[in-house]
Amino acid sequence: MGKRRIRPGDTVDGYVIGKLIHSGGMATIWEVSHPDLDMPMLMKAPVLNEGADPAAIVGFEMEQMILPRLVGPHIPKFIAAGDFMVQPYIVMEQVPGEPLLKCLKRLPLPYDEVAALGAKVAVALDSLHSQHVVHLDVKPSNIMIRPTGEAVLIDYGLSHHDELPDLMAEQFRLPYGTAPYMAPEQVMGHRSDPRSDQFALGVLMYFFATGTRPFGDPQRLSGLKRRLWWDPPPPRALRPDFPHWFQEIILRCLEVNPAWRYPTGAQLAFELMNPDQVKLTGRSKRLNRDSFTTVLKRRFSEDPTAPSRIGTVASFGTNAPIIAVAIDLTEISGPLAVALRVTVAQILASLPGARVACLNVLKQGVITIDTTLDDEGRNKHVQRLVELKHWAEPLNLEEGRVSFHVLEAPHAATAILRYARANFVDHIVMGARASSARRTLLGSVSGEVATHAPCTVTVVRTRRYQRTEYGEGPNERSEDSWTVG
Amino acid sequence: MADIHANREALEACLRDAEARGAMKMVFLGDFVGYGADPVWVVDTVMGLVAEGASALLGNHDNAVSDLRESLTTEAQIAMSWTRGELGPDAREFLANLPMRIEDETRLYVHANLQSDRRWLYIDDRNAAARALQARQAQAVFCGHVHKPAIYGINANEQLVAFQPVSGVAVPMPPYRRWLAVLGAVGQPRDGNPAASYALLDTKKAEITYLRVPYDIGATAAKIRKAGLPESLADRLRRGH
Repeated sequence: MGKRRIRPGDTVDGYVIGKLIHSGGMATIWEVSHPDLDMPMLMKAPVLNEGADPAAIVGFEMEQMILPRLVGPHIPKFIAAGDFMVQPYIVMEQVPGEPLLKCLKRLPLPYDEVAALGAKVAVALDSLHSQHVVHLDVKPSNIMIRPTGEAVLIDYGLSHHDELPDLMAEQFRLPYGTAPYMAPEQVMGHRSDPRSDQFALGVLMYFFATGTRPFGDPQRLSGLKRRLWWDPPPPRALRPDFPHWFQEIILRCLEVNPAWRYPTGAQLAFELMNPDQVKLTGRSKRLNRDSFTTVLKRRFSEDPTAPSRIGTVASFGTNAPIIAVAIDLTEISGPLAVALRVTVAQILASLPGARVACLNVLKQGVITIDTTLDDEGRNKHVQRLVELKHWAEPLNLEEGRVSFHVLEAPHAATAILRYARANFVDHIVMGARASSARRTLLGSVSGEVATHAPCTVTVVRTRRYQRTEYGEGPNERSEDSWTVG
Repeated sequence: MADIHANREALEACLRDAEARGAMKMVFLGDFVGYGADPVWVVDTVMGLVAEGASALLGNHDNAVSDLRESLTTEAQIAMSWTRGELGPDAREFLANLPMRIEDETRLYVHANLQSDRRWLYIDDRNAAARALQARQAQAVFCGHVHKPAIYGINANEQLVAFQPVSGVAVPMPPYRRWLAVLGAVGQPRDGNPAASYALLDTKKAEITYLRVPYDIGATAAKIRKAGLPESLADRLRRGH
């Protein structure tokens, strides 16, 4: 194994070593440049000297395995890896900007800012989990925000990849992670639950919004284990104006049992981006920690973090998708609306973790500003919401699994697509009208959505019979009366 | 490829798949016969491949063809009696002369285990893997016999890491660590996945990719029944058990 010291000005495999960025117990990080590559890059080399933490080298090998397999804006782009026998290193993109660590000076931050930040990180986690990886070290120093807005997760030295051998899994005496942020199940040595990252994000949001770490910074295993039974003070106990919806989200992230947290990062992001749709439970109102007897009972009960699930890291996402249903309200009791509901019910039957966003587009003229009141003086927006709820009623979805959104836009397909992208929707379900000359001429909304959607699209149609038998139906409408479908 | 067990359809499917993926050398980890109804075709095919440069090892079922002391389960014994009657002298001679192990650079290939010859121990848990890795110093060891895919490694902290490989996902086996790769079975998978199993090793990238290949199980099972072999040997193929 190579142990040559890297110094500024050296050249390693064509990479010219620049400024030292970081020197820690596990790794050294340098700015590097390469004559053929025009981008800011970093070289990370493990600390290999005598007495170095063996976890440093194992962690480095894990990162060397995992990083090249990851793609997307939420991951620093992998450039190259050095031959381990000669000089181990990883060269990666230098993500512009500063880590969230720099925010620590300004705590507490405004609620909206923390929620927006949390949503970005939740989306990054969702991307990571869908690529089979649990990060297991989510904390401010490992998160950067790109100038384009995406959160980037750095440092995969403690991560778990569910399709690769886990070199970290065995027998390190202390669980590896960062004490204030580590999920209870991680403290107990479980490394394959993606919801552990959600717990760490919950700690981060709690800390950023209150200025206080919910579990402090324990230095011993006994202190770490306390989070299995000891609940932190609710944020509202620290800041009386803490919004109910935000406390609800944070305390759900901090649930000891992973099954009580959000099923996916995307669902967590969805809640953070739609505060008015958060279902408030007892969590949102709490002002005190649990009573002494309750805590004591938990202290001596079974380990609630014991893994019970069957499945892989990535399968979590596929079992708990966000489904957007675009509903045309002009035909709310018609056969198409019924068929749409049947299809949604069938999809939901096999996916208990799925959540449904019911959408309707309230058309607005491009030039004239539409009045928000209809001819009879009713508020159109509110009326649409009422009708959406009426449509969804027979699905019998508990609160928290379904939400309703009226999008105001001049163009239905664009509005649906924009919504799907912004909310990381996994599946769009919508109806298609019976054929019409007008649609052929202008193109259909469902066709446009299906062509451009970032996810699966199901277009629901009622059975169509031969033209010779039935011809065009009387229900044919012009594009002008079109809402969504 | 390991544990073909006279399953022609599974071997054909794996050979086609390996060829399409650009395999340059074949290593067969033994147990060409036993359980299945195509011992003649399988041994003949492997003999042909060995003549073209492939390597082949002795498995316990191959040994049982000539060694009557070899202990087998009741069903395996029934199939073995039938197999002995099927194989010609060339096939018998080929099987009798197969080696127990092959070494190739830093790699060691065996059928079952590394400690002792002809005891055919199963490496089916962490302890067995740890004993096996202690027994030999080869950097990478490949074996079959268990019919369930697994990878064991020794990490930088001298700890044993166990892993279930995922079909089609390349797993790094860097040369500065030690590895034991247990292949799944071509002809009689027992890990609940009925598809034929083999692995591709990329010596340049130091990666191993386990692969699952579907084959016509119905045709194989029908031949087993037609040969009058125990029904359970046909039935287990569909369940991969």
